[in-house]
Amino acid sequence: MSTETAKPVFKNGIARWIDDRLPLLSWAQAEFVDYPAPKNLNYWWNFGSLAGIVLVLQILTGLFLTMHYTPHTDMAFASVEHIMRDVNFGWLLRYAHANGASMFFIVVYIHMFRGLYYGSYKAPRELLWMLGVVILLLMMATAFMGYVLPWGQMSFWGAKVITNLFSAVPIFGETIVTWLWGGFTVDNPTLNRFFALHYLLPFVIFAVVFLHILALHQFGSNNPVGIDITKKDKIPFHPYYTIKDAFGLCVFFMVYGAFVFFAPNVLGHADNYIPANPLVTPAHIVPEWYFLPFYAILRAITFDIFWIIPAKLGGVIAMFGAIAVLFVLPWLDTSRVRSARFRPIYKWLFWVFLADCVVLGYVGANPPEGWLPTIGLLATIYYFAHFLIIMPLLGKLERPLPLPDSINKPVLPASGAATAQPAE
Amino acid sequence: MRRMLEKTLGGMALALALVTGAAAAEGPETLTRDWPQQGVFGTYDRHALQRGFQVYSGVCAGCHSLEYMAFRNLESLGYDEDEIVAIAAQYTVMDGPDDAGDMFERTAVPSDHKPAPFANEQQARAANGGALPPDLSLITKARAGGEDYIYSLLVGYEEPPAGVEVPPGMNYNAYFPGHQIAMAQPLYDGMVEYQDGTQPTISQMAADVTQFLAWVAEPKMEERKRTGIKVMLFLLILAIIFYAYKRRIWADVH
Repeated sequence: MSTETAKPVFKNGIARWIDDRLPLLSWAQAEFVDYPAPKNLNYWWNFGSLAGIVLVLQILTGLFLTMHYTPHTDMAFASVEHIMRDVNFGWLLRYAHANGASMFFIVVYIHMFRGLYYGSYKAPRELLWMLGVVILLLMMATAFMGYVLPWGQMSFWGAKVITNLFSAVPIFGETIVTWLWGGFTVDNPTLNRFFALHYLLPFVIFAVVFLHILALHQFGSNNPVGIDITKKDKIPFHPYYTIKDAFGLCVFFMVYGAFVFFAPNVLGHADNYIPANPLVTPAHIVPEWYFLPFYAILRAITFDIFWIIPAKLGGVIAMFGAIAVLFVLPWLDTSRVRSARFRPIYKWLFWVFLADCVVLGYVGANPPEGWLPTIGLLATIYYFAHFLIIMPLLGKLERPLPLPDSINKPVLPASGAATAQPAE
Repeated sequence: MRRMLEKTLGGMALALALVTGAAAAEGPETLTRDWPQQGVFGTYDRHALQRGFQVYSGVCAGCHSLEYMAFRNLESLGYDEDEIVAIAAQYTVMDGPDDAGDMFERTAVPSDHKPAPFANEQQARAANGGALPPDLSLITKARAGGEDYIYSLLVGYEEPPAGVEVPPGMNYNAYFPGHQIAMAQPLYDGMVEYQDGTQPTISQMAADVTQFLAWVAEPKMEERKRTGIKVMLFLLILAIIFYAYKRRIWADVH
């Protein structure tokens, strides 16, 4: 099962002629057909290609929505209803695009947690991981601005709350916010620039995805065992992973379709079907579900830090810090074992961290009353402790299980969960 | 692989429960009804929609606009072209300017949208004691609780409980957040005369007009679900084929 990546010779004369002059075909052949992938990847590895496909779908549905949408405060809301009612399959385009954003985040979050569990961010894949974090940041900016475009109540007030965060910046805060708004409140200039940026950023994401794949193919995919593997344990991407991804894509589309066709508004907020009104503030301003953990972190800081950082700035720093900490994760994790399968303690702490994120999501979704602010603060502290205290210490304290020599030869033949299972 | 799938779906269900649970936490508990448009195979009840349109036109339309509904859309309710022309002809709309530069009124045609009861927000507020009757085109999607909430609101007028003061111009409603609503009780038994002989009780009219408003808010729902069922069946078959094919291709690796 060795995979040779020698320059392919195309049978078709025209293809050969073009490829001699512009080696695009042989590049695609090497990267997406012959690309040697570990043969033991499980289904969690499907989510990378899924994310790429969802990105393309978002760009396509977005393109056709643009042809019918009007970025003006007086007409945006009505133009969305025009899409829903009068454009052929407009309802499908809009629901696919709106739910597609949610699906994109689900897929990317699963993709990231997979990386956390199997240590995919560790050397030599640090830049691969960091590019992924850049993609996440760009996705968040894109999704936030996209949510503003229908110009409903949550669009307007969400934009107001999030842009107002920048007023926490010392001295220049108010100036920055005015500059972001293009005026003295969220208004038509804000909507127009958000529309322009919402159209631009997906292509920036596309470019960073390209770099992400370039970095991935430098050392090849990590695998569930987490050890470096030899050529003989690799198989060509096509047909093995193309067919596996195709099957995964069908299953994913059924989940996506369940939302689009049968529950298209369940992930949205009712208030966004009320046209934006600057004079009426909604009872609870809640961001989309995929921002809820970060929203909880933002609201967790309700006190001044060291008497010099006001609470608002502290919250903003914590929220951006929650993502910034991911950038340095490859250096915070001192364990040299990648896969949690061989890390008896980290394996459990991974799930504790996942649960912590879910708790943060719950706190973010609900009004800060009763015990919730306290729980939110504790969960925020744990979030940072996981990266800044647990990860550096655990690598030193934990005794990992012995690693197998190859993915074919588990060292612990009959000991249940710790066994490295070859190929699924 | 099944375990992983279960985990994934379980996680998604949890996330969903979190989000919807949070949304449901607002306002008092509403009445719940089995709506014919609910569920994967649910469709609108055409008779209820026509009755609901009658309630809307006879009762709600005095104050509430229906901005996004054109008369031509009424075709989906089962009206034929002549009936729609006749319905539209009951209204006049402003058109123009004509060749002399003047605006003029003319009879509405099926391509017109239903004219609003008030010219602008100020006029609407002036006529309603300062309150603004909202446009109803999207009302079942724009309120947490959807159809159940709208229905509950319409049947939820009652005497305020002892000790609750309702200021003049306001009314007590069991399901409105805060219980004080500017809209007076809109429905009373026998208020409209149904052409199909259905008893016009408050709850019957409330249910009918709620279904009509659900249709106005989501007119493509039936097309959406029909398409969805076909797409799901197609994907299911394709997934089975791909899975079998995947097993065959991977046979020599395992």
